[in-house]
Amino acid sequence: MGLLKYKHWEVLEKNAGLLAVLIAIMVSFGGLAEILPLFNDAHTVKPAPGLKPYSALRLAGRDVYVREGCYQCHSQMIRTLSFETQRYGKFSEAGEFVYDRPFQWGSKRTGPDLARVGGKFSDAWQRAHLLAPRDLVPQSNMPNYPWLAEARIDANDVRERMRALRMLGDPYSEEDLADAPDAVRDKTELDALVAYLQGLGVSAAPAAATPVASAAVGSP
Amino acid sequence: MPTKETYDDRVIRLFLMAAAIWGVVGMSVGVLAAAQLAWPALNFDTSWLTFSRIRTNHTFGVIFAFGGSALMGTCYYIVQRTGHVRLALSKVAMFTFWGWQAACFLSMATIPFGITQNKEYAEPEWPIDILIAAVWVAFGVVFFTTLARRRIRHIYVANWYYGALIIAVALLHIVNNLALPVSLTKSYPIYSGALDAMVQWWYGHNAVAFFLTAGFLGMMYYFVPRQAQQPLWSYRFSIVNFWALISIYMWAGSHHLLYTALPDWVQSVGMVFSVVLVMPSMGSAANGLMTFNGSWGKFRTDPAAKFMIIALVFYAISTLEGSSMAVRSINSLTHYTDWTVAHVHAGAIGWVAMITIGSLYAMAPRALDRPAMHSHSAMNLHFWLHVSGLLIYLLSMYAAGITEGLMWRATNPDGSLTYDFLSSLIAIKPFYTVRFLGGLLVLSGMVVMAWNLWHTAAHARAGIIKPILVPAPEAIPEPVPDQTPEPLPARA
Repeated sequence: MGLLKYKHWEVLEKNAGLLAVLIAIMVSFGGLAEILPLFNDAHTVKPAPGLKPYSALRLAGRDVYVREGCYQCHSQMIRTLSFETQRYGKFSEAGEFVYDRPFQWGSKRTGPDLARVGGKFSDAWQRAHLLAPRDLVPQSNMPNYPWLAEARIDANDVRERMRALRMLGDPYSEEDLADAPDAVRDKTELDALVAYLQGLGVSAAPAAATPVASAAVGSP
Repeated sequence: MPTKETYDDRVIRLFLMAAAIWGVVGMSVGVLAAAQLAWPALNFDTSWLTFSRIRTNHTFGVIFAFGGSALMGTCYYIVQRTGHVRLALSKVAMFTFWGWQAACFLSMATIPFGITQNKEYAEPEWPIDILIAAVWVAFGVVFFTTLARRRIRHIYVANWYYGALIIAVALLHIVNNLALPVSLTKSYPIYSGALDAMVQWWYGHNAVAFFLTAGFLGMMYYFVPRQAQQPLWSYRFSIVNFWALISIYMWAGSHHLLYTALPDWVQSVGMVFSVVLVMPSMGSAANGLMTFNGSWGKFRTDPAAKFMIIALVFYAISTLEGSSMAVRSINSLTHYTDWTVAHVHAGAIGWVAMITIGSLYAMAPRALDRPAMHSHSAMNLHFWLHVSGLLIYLLSMYAAGITEGLMWRATNPDGSLTYDFLSSLIAIKPFYTVRFLGGLLVLSGMVVMAWNLWHTAAHARAGIIKPILVPAPEAIPEPVPDQTPEPLPARA
């Protein structure tokens, strides 16, 4: 019981500097124990088979997705639960996200998960749905995004973005960077976003598991 | 004999005013966002009014603008009173006020226009992040310098919590926001994929732990004994709870990522530490509530005490709930549903807002040199608007969350899924309407508070209030080992 005597704690409670140092030490353990090993692992997580860094158009589309805050209603993370894989397809794996900055796993589903939405709907459906969701799904409460059809992608900006990502370690070649402006020239943000969505989960994983799952996702 | 020194309450009055304004602004945006989920036409096809752009404005506005202003204001108030010393570096303190308001205003003005990194609870882009870091360091300098100059040797427990808030949030903010800028308005995080997820929820969960818990517990540890007119129930218990709380919370963030592509061992560690967190959380709530032993009558007569008592009850409820939701099997039902939204608001409207409102009602008359708040009945009205709004909000969102969770996992006898996703959205739509009404009641309570504070501040606005003298230093008796406290005086 000796340690519970007041005199052993007194020094802490009368010394602001010591208190601050001890607080800093105590709050550091958790992060060090959980983040440092993952930081180490991050270099060993292999990109999923067939996964390449985002093309110029899809990168522009992903940045639109992030800017609009789509993650607030749509997750991109199929959990390892049978009712999830039945509905959305094979569970998500770390290798599928190595080029995602920031990650878009989300924390709330007001709409369905989008991790494997690529190819489930036609381009035309996606375009119409983004501009006016209730024209296609009358009971939906998703907002309309009409401005995406008017805004054009800034071609040189995309190249700058790819250059920054290459500095962070994404394997873009000189050729990828040189071709970037032409790949997005005259494209709208809507074109880019649809390209991004149509590639989600396509390169990395097998198709959805059961007919029920595709029916559940496919019939809005 | 008082000293010639006076307390520096000017910056506190400014933070008080800012908290009231940001509270109304942040909650108004929340009510609009809630209405948009019920009636999507309210997005008006306008980019900067669209749900996905403004929801983060709501969370940033209430957590950092409203909560942050209240935390900094009460911190400066408490560190002076518990140390019998004037606030140090008054110019730096003023910088923390204007700097924080500028950071909040810039964030609120850029997020709806798509200038955001959209990391949850860390939305502002890198130039604003740098401003936030600078203000935060200045806040720490003012706080710790004042603490170093204190005349009371013993550092009162409320200050430990504010100290932990300052140190931990600085660490979290900097590590989570490390990014490579592309332009003034766009940057990419240095982390990607699963690592970014871990760093983000280490940050996100501890923003809850240190911004929304430790800071507000500091507020609680000063204003609850003050308002109850009783000594803290157990000082030793507060020491144990403090060290347990700050060290365990930091491990718990990965419970936001159960069943995901995060390595299993990290998920399990997060889950275990989240369950252990029940103990210091319940301990802190109990310590606050038991402090009212002997003066429970104030629950009838004193609106500030009412807010504090219900705040502590909701602190206990929402932390117990949070630890439960961190258990894998329960999380499989609650995650991604409106249950999460209900849980967050039990903590935010129930605990954080109510302990803040109670503390502001306790602090405002003293900081504004008035005997009491302008209107006693307006405080009671605020209490009932707030509590009824809170209960309506929570009941509707729990009903929605459980409905979603059960419908998503329902299977037919042949193993196929019973419902498509849209059925679950149709089922919960009525609850979105009810939730909007609950939010509207909470917001109207905040408007009543702003009105009441405005009138209480009449003398301050006219510039006719006297500064408060710092009490003369007295010899504080050294504690006697294993002493038994004197029995409390009988109630009059």
